[in-house]
Amino acid sequence: MLRFIIRRVLQVIPVFIGSTLLVYFLVFSMSGSPIDALSGGKPISPAVVAQLTAQYHLDQPFIAQYGIFIKNLFTFNLGPSFSGQPIASIIARAFPVTARLAVMALAIEAIFGVTAGVIAGLRKGKLFDGTVLLASLVVIAIPTFVLGFLLQFVVGVKLEWAKPTVSSGANWGDLILPAVVLGLVSFAYVLRLTRTSILENMNADYVRTATAKGLSRPRVVMVHILRNSLIPVVTFLGADLGGLMGGAIVTEGIFNVPGVGNTLYRAVLSGEGPMVVSIVSILVLVFVLANLLVDLLYAWLDPRIRYA
Amino acid sequence: MRFSRISKALGVAAVVAMGITACSGGGSGSTDTNAGSGNTSKVVNAYGGEPQNPLLPANTNEVFGGRVMDMIYSGLVSYDASGKTVNELADSIKTTDSQNYTIKIKPGEKFSDGSPVTAKNFVDAWNFGALSTNAQLNSYFFESIDGYKDVSAMSADGKTAAPTAQTMSGLAVVDDTTFTVKLSQPESDFPLRLGYTAFYPMTEAAIADPKASGEKPVSTGPYMLKTWTHNSSIELVPNPNYTGPRKPKNAGITFKVYTTADAAYSDLLSNNLDVLDGIPAASLKSFQSDLGDRSIIKPYAGNATLTIPSYLPAFQGEAGKLRRQAISKSIDRELIIDKIFNKTKEIAKDFTAPVLEGYSDSIPGSDVLKFDATAAKKLWDQANAITPWDDSTFTIAYNVDGAGNKEYVDAATNEIKNALGIKAEGKPYATFKELRNDVNKKQLTGASRAGWQADYPSLYNFLGPLYGTGAGSNDGDYSNPAFDAKLKEGLSAKSTDEGNKIFNQAQEILFKDLPVIPLWYQEQTGGWSNNVTGVDFGWNGVPLYQNITGK
Repeated sequence: MLRFIIRRVLQVIPVFIGSTLLVYFLVFSMSGSPIDALSGGKPISPAVVAQLTAQYHLDQPFIAQYGIFIKNLFTFNLGPSFSGQPIASIIARAFPVTARLAVMALAIEAIFGVTAGVIAGLRKGKLFDGTVLLASLVVIAIPTFVLGFLLQFVVGVKLEWAKPTVSSGANWGDLILPAVVLGLVSFAYVLRLTRTSILENMNADYVRTATAKGLSRPRVVMVHILRNSLIPVVTFLGADLGGLMGGAIVTEGIFNVPGVGNTLYRAVLSGEGPMVVSIVSILVLVFVLANLLVDLLYAWLDPRIRYA
Repeated sequence: MRFSRISKALGVAAVVAMGITACSGGGSGSTDTNAGSGNTSKVVNAYGGEPQNPLLPANTNEVFGGRVMDMIYSGLVSYDASGKTVNELADSIKTTDSQNYTIKIKPGEKFSDGSPVTAKNFVDAWNFGALSTNAQLNSYFFESIDGYKDVSAMSADGKTAAPTAQTMSGLAVVDDTTFTVKLSQPESDFPLRLGYTAFYPMTEAAIADPKASGEKPVSTGPYMLKTWTHNSSIELVPNPNYTGPRKPKNAGITFKVYTTADAAYSDLLSNNLDVLDGIPAASLKSFQSDLGDRSIIKPYAGNATLTIPSYLPAFQGEAGKLRRQAISKSIDRELIIDKIFNKTKEIAKDFTAPVLEGYSDSIPGSDVLKFDATAAKKLWDQANAITPWDDSTFTIAYNVDGAGNKEYVDAATNEIKNALGIKAEGKPYATFKELRNDVNKKQLTGASRAGWQADYPSLYNFLGPLYGTGAGSNDGDYSNPAFDAKLKEGLSAKSTDEGNKIFNQAQEILFKDLPVIPLWYQEQTGGWSNNVTGVDFGWNGVPLYQNITGK
């Protein structure tokens, strides 16, 4: 077990270097100097350009720039962004917001997805099953931004049940609406995964045994069917957490959430290599850790799985 | 997603005009101006974005930082709603030769921390802004001042900044309230520029520690910065030490940071946002019916053009001139404004903008902007008689991250295709900076969309920096000695009126050469919530925040 964890943690190193190198290179290869974005098309004196170029090491070759970034990363001093604020504090402000959003979305999709999936699976072919299957199909078919704008307009503008955008504090209450939008699509997948998995396991030998032993129906469902059906769902949720942390750019844009997605988008537009890569590095770490957690959960869910 | 910063980035953050309306005469001293017209204890929630740079006068060159700067600072002069200059901290700005200026500031003026505003604060701030090693983006604004060359000198290899002086020789403090400015050549519109962000004064402490000052400036304007929560909001409260003409009629402004105007529009509809300038493209069709009498469309000092670089072989000499005229006449501007912009632009009739003093809509030669497909084809054929068109595709470069760009460029290329019978298409760039890269390196292979938003309300600002030989924003490398001579003549004119007449004569030359093809003037769209009243926009399309009151 311990060896397994150590091995997985060590795997982070090549993944981390590879992904940051690649992302840094992509940002580096974008045509146009970040100074063009800074000047906004207005004339800028050549002396100032020279000064800024030296200040942000823009005149250095790719490997040197990447080296400076890695050095800064390990000395915990990411330097200032083009706006003059420390990159570290920008990230420190954005991540908690996105983390709150991701946790809420994850909770929504896990709780509602699994519950609805179990019910649908147990009552296969009934009205409830048909309804949720159809509803989840609709949700999967609609792109996130349509769903986002629709909910924002109906709930936020027309019904005025919630503020259409997130206020500056981005507290839990503000984030409900975007979290619902973010969670809805995955909710549909979780629901379908759970349902299929339940259907499979319902006919398994150990379930028949459990029922024959005279165990109560709730116990059969909760302990014997559900627990064994959760493995694919947990895998999906784990991967989704990584996605939710970094991939909420569209939803964060619609609801004006001051989170990672928005920050990343802005940094890409202005060509700020160190900022983009710093954010991506953290996302990589989150992704790797989430996957590790999922792998460990397997063992708990299914004792047949052993780590060596 | 649309980013205002990008689509408006062609403009430097313009200066917020001051609104002196007839009924607010009680300005200085009395807190209760025009009672009855609104609730002055209201804090106004306004549309904003995260400033790109620290809040330093010479480093703020984009709209979101600019709107904050213009509210927390006042310079020597400010601009009223119609763009006229009004003295703010200046008592008088005197010159006899348009080259040597003596500037007196009002005695007894204070910064928001209570320290006095002196001539030295101006001179030091300008020297700080101009010195290249301070890397202030607006430093080129000081280039007219004698001695700028020394503070912005480059090393011998042309690669690093190597100033040979720390201060500009053209600036001299005479006493606490007087300083003199010597320009390197006569420039009659220099006093007009002094309301621009770059020319604001700074405290000694701010110059000593610009980093701290950029986060929490001590300033001179109608408001002062209370808190700046990065990426989320900027709170301003009235500055008790402010005595100028832009006295706030509300209890503060909170700029909410948005990444898209669409989100802001949803907030406006549900009264969570009080003032929005720049209605998002997707809502342009409906905003007037959504908001009713809470909506506004107002022209401001900006325009849109197509640059056809003079370095393109097909657009040189007499044939090039005819081709540019042909392209200009083949674009039906009216139709594009109606169909694509929902009538929120105004057809261009010159190279400047209609809200400026000295503007004329009937400059000889402006006929070339009228749509006439047959005449266009004739001109094109004449050009082909001189040097035949090589049957290549005529392209118009644009950045897709600015809203509406693709639509109008596609429409224009279609019209050109139909009128002239040539191949024409848009050439998209993913981001504004990538487009600028090709423009700056003079690597365009066709035309490019362009536009200008005034830094300060002056005809010259639309002409000199854009079409003067070797000027900073002369993207198309246009050069005509006759035009340069007219500009120089206009700048050394005795009065602004006289200068404006000469600038309009200079435009006659532009109409013959067409270095760019004027398309339309910009109009600002906006709206406000049910909670506020008294919203109007200034000459630069930015709301006059200080005049807004609660209901």
